[in-house]
Amino acid sequence: MKLTGSQIVVETLIEQGVKDVFGYPGGQVINLYDALYEYKDKINHILTAHEQGAAHAADGYARATGGVGVVIATSGPGATNLVTGIATAMLDSVPLIAITGNVPQNLIGKDSFQEIDITGITLPITKHNFFVHDVNDLADTIREAIQIATSGRPGPVLVDIPKDIQISFAEYERKPIVEKFPTVMPKPEKVKRAAEIINGKKRPYIYIGGGVISSNTSKQVLELAEKIDGVIGCSLMGISAIPTNEPRFLGMEGMHGHYASSMAQNTADVIIAIGVRFSDRATGNVSKFARKADIIHIDVDFAEISKNVEAQLGIRGDLSVTLDMLINEVEKKERPKWMDTVRMLREQEAETTDVGVGLTPNALINEINLIKDGDTVVATDVGQHQMWTAQFLNVSTPRTFISSGGLGTMGFGMGAAIGAATATGKKTVLVTGDGSFGMNLNELVTAVTFKVPLTIVVMNNKVLGMVRQWQTLFFDEHYSNTDLKDRYVDYVKLAEAFGAKGTVATTVDEFRKAFKDAYNSDGVNIIDCKIDKDEFVLPMLPPGGAIDDMITSTPKGGEC
Amino acid sequence: MGYYNEDNRFVIAVYVDNKYGVLSRVTSMFTRRGFNIDALTVGVTESPEYSRITITMSGDGYAKAQMLNQLRKLYNVKKVEVLDETTALERELMLIKIKNDQTHNQTILSAVDIFHAEIVDYSVDALCIEVTGPSSKIDAFIEFIKPCGIIEMCRTGVVALQKGGGSMLDMPDVN
Repeated sequence: MKLTGSQIVVETLIEQGVKDVFGYPGGQVINLYDALYEYKDKINHILTAHEQGAAHAADGYARATGGVGVVIATSGPGATNLVTGIATAMLDSVPLIAITGNVPQNLIGKDSFQEIDITGITLPITKHNFFVHDVNDLADTIREAIQIATSGRPGPVLVDIPKDIQISFAEYERKPIVEKFPTVMPKPEKVKRAAEIINGKKRPYIYIGGGVISSNTSKQVLELAEKIDGVIGCSLMGISAIPTNEPRFLGMEGMHGHYASSMAQNTADVIIAIGVRFSDRATGNVSKFARKADIIHIDVDFAEISKNVEAQLGIRGDLSVTLDMLINEVEKKERPKWMDTVRMLREQEAETTDVGVGLTPNALINEINLIKDGDTVVATDVGQHQMWTAQFLNVSTPRTFISSGGLGTMGFGMGAAIGAATATGKKTVLVTGDGSFGMNLNELVTAVTFKVPLTIVVMNNKVLGMVRQWQTLFFDEHYSNTDLKDRYVDYVKLAEAFGAKGTVATTVDEFRKAFKDAYNSDGVNIIDCKIDKDEFVLPMLPPGGAIDDMITSTPKGGEC
Repeated sequence: MGYYNEDNRFVIAVYVDNKYGVLSRVTSMFTRRGFNIDALTVGVTESPEYSRITITMSGDGYAKAQMLNQLRKLYNVKKVEVLDETTALERELMLIKIKNDQTHNQTILSAVDIFHAEIVDYSVDALCIEVTGPSSKIDAFIEFIKPCGIIEMCRTGVVALQKGGGSMLDMPDVN
């Protein structure tokens, strides 16, 4: 049947199983929005307050489900407002599809009103992008975009559609959901070699990243750990792959990682790195990183192998297939001495961890742990609150911890939480800080309008805490532009202004009650949690530092 | 840049989809990843589907490996090979304009003869010479002719093919 380009876009999205899209209308997508109007019974559009919020929402939607998240924006400013969201998805390997309108092709290159070269702008921050020149290619381009975004290592794909394409007619034929590109098979001799290396080692540490979540291989990782009697640590992106209460799991390593996890990584004689890219925040000084260990690096993206840290053995392969083969090849072995060492490290960690007095970040997250269901998604923004959540949150289900890892995007949380809640249809929690929340709190309007069951926990310390922490440690307490004491925000009134509910919590008891009430309601709630500005994220490896440089107590002497 | 601590020159041949914007995808990646290239040529191939890019670059083993990996990751890149210096043919073409000065006439004519170059334009003020060959030959020609007064010059950058019967497209994929 003959359809307009706009109808083809919507038909193809529906055909490919897309149920919800996020976006914001504008001049060069009016036709596309007309098609969304026509198909509104088959596809749900969520209007955000700002295109950035829509991009983060589509990202959060994808992270919560593993499927694609779709965002639509107009040309020019609509498209540029997506940039931070697309870059966030790129750095964290999220299958985001961004669809932008552009001026008609006869106006391209003439600096027309709201014209921007968005494929040029997003070249370095997309896995791939398309500019559609011919309406006859449109449906296949959308399909190909989804295929690229979801195959291998996922990533964002942008499709820019000029207005003349949206209004021209072409033949549309419904096609099945695209299959992913063929599975990347690891070389068996390499897997064999990996097993030999592991068999000869005494202290194996399995280091996992977001790849384990996107490839759905949590079970295999645990199975491997059991068989070799090893321990598991993760990067920020790996959080939620393994349940927090799993005895072999030591938690996040790196700059603000768990003491035991970082120390075990540094003590290990073999690191089996799975779907992780050795970010500088995770390794510190690479020349001093895990010097005692051989590194076996397994990833579907060959370009990650020996990019940041040299691997003694790199295996390119689909993680699920590779892990099955590796589990089969390695010897079952008990390593009691290693387990003793790890136990000792855990005891040392427990000694240095103190919940503290009053409404501390640790105490606050503990309360969330006690109240929330196991499958509740907790999203974060970026900063101290993010690290505290990463450290203390109990997580039992993959895809229930959503955070901007690679790009570290303050303002990510509101959109991401709305997206996750839309995807799961379940109660969602956002832990944010007063700095990050301020960046995109306009999306409160979206949450309230679409009746998103969202509890927003604002760790309000009236400072830009993470930068302030660095200023305390490395800049002689020169608190340049990080003190927000003169900023006045009444979060209760703010909530009310948007039709949400606001509460203030100054004690653990107040927080417990506020969180319970908020979490058990179906509405949007903000809890303004008064936190001490001198709370530190600890331990901390100074940027570019090594394990020996670990800071475990605040400079004022208080243990944390 | 840490990458370029060794002066190892290598030539990479890349088959890419013959599509709008592919060259900027490739060059944008160089900028983004901090790669510094010496020369780049691009042109049509035996197949209308593909263009061939030839990249000349200097760097150590790490830089080379990173360059190859990142190229292979690009969606429109179909094939990437490092050409083996000992078995590849490398050619470059240069047009060079030199002052037509009686005192240097003999030097110029000898150079043209020795380097199998060709005078392609001759006027009262200047003469223009075309030189073809491996880059090293062109470098040597420039050195030789410098005292005669170079007005301007341009080089195409290297194009290269592996000797023998096979096509690069038929070689097995790495990784």
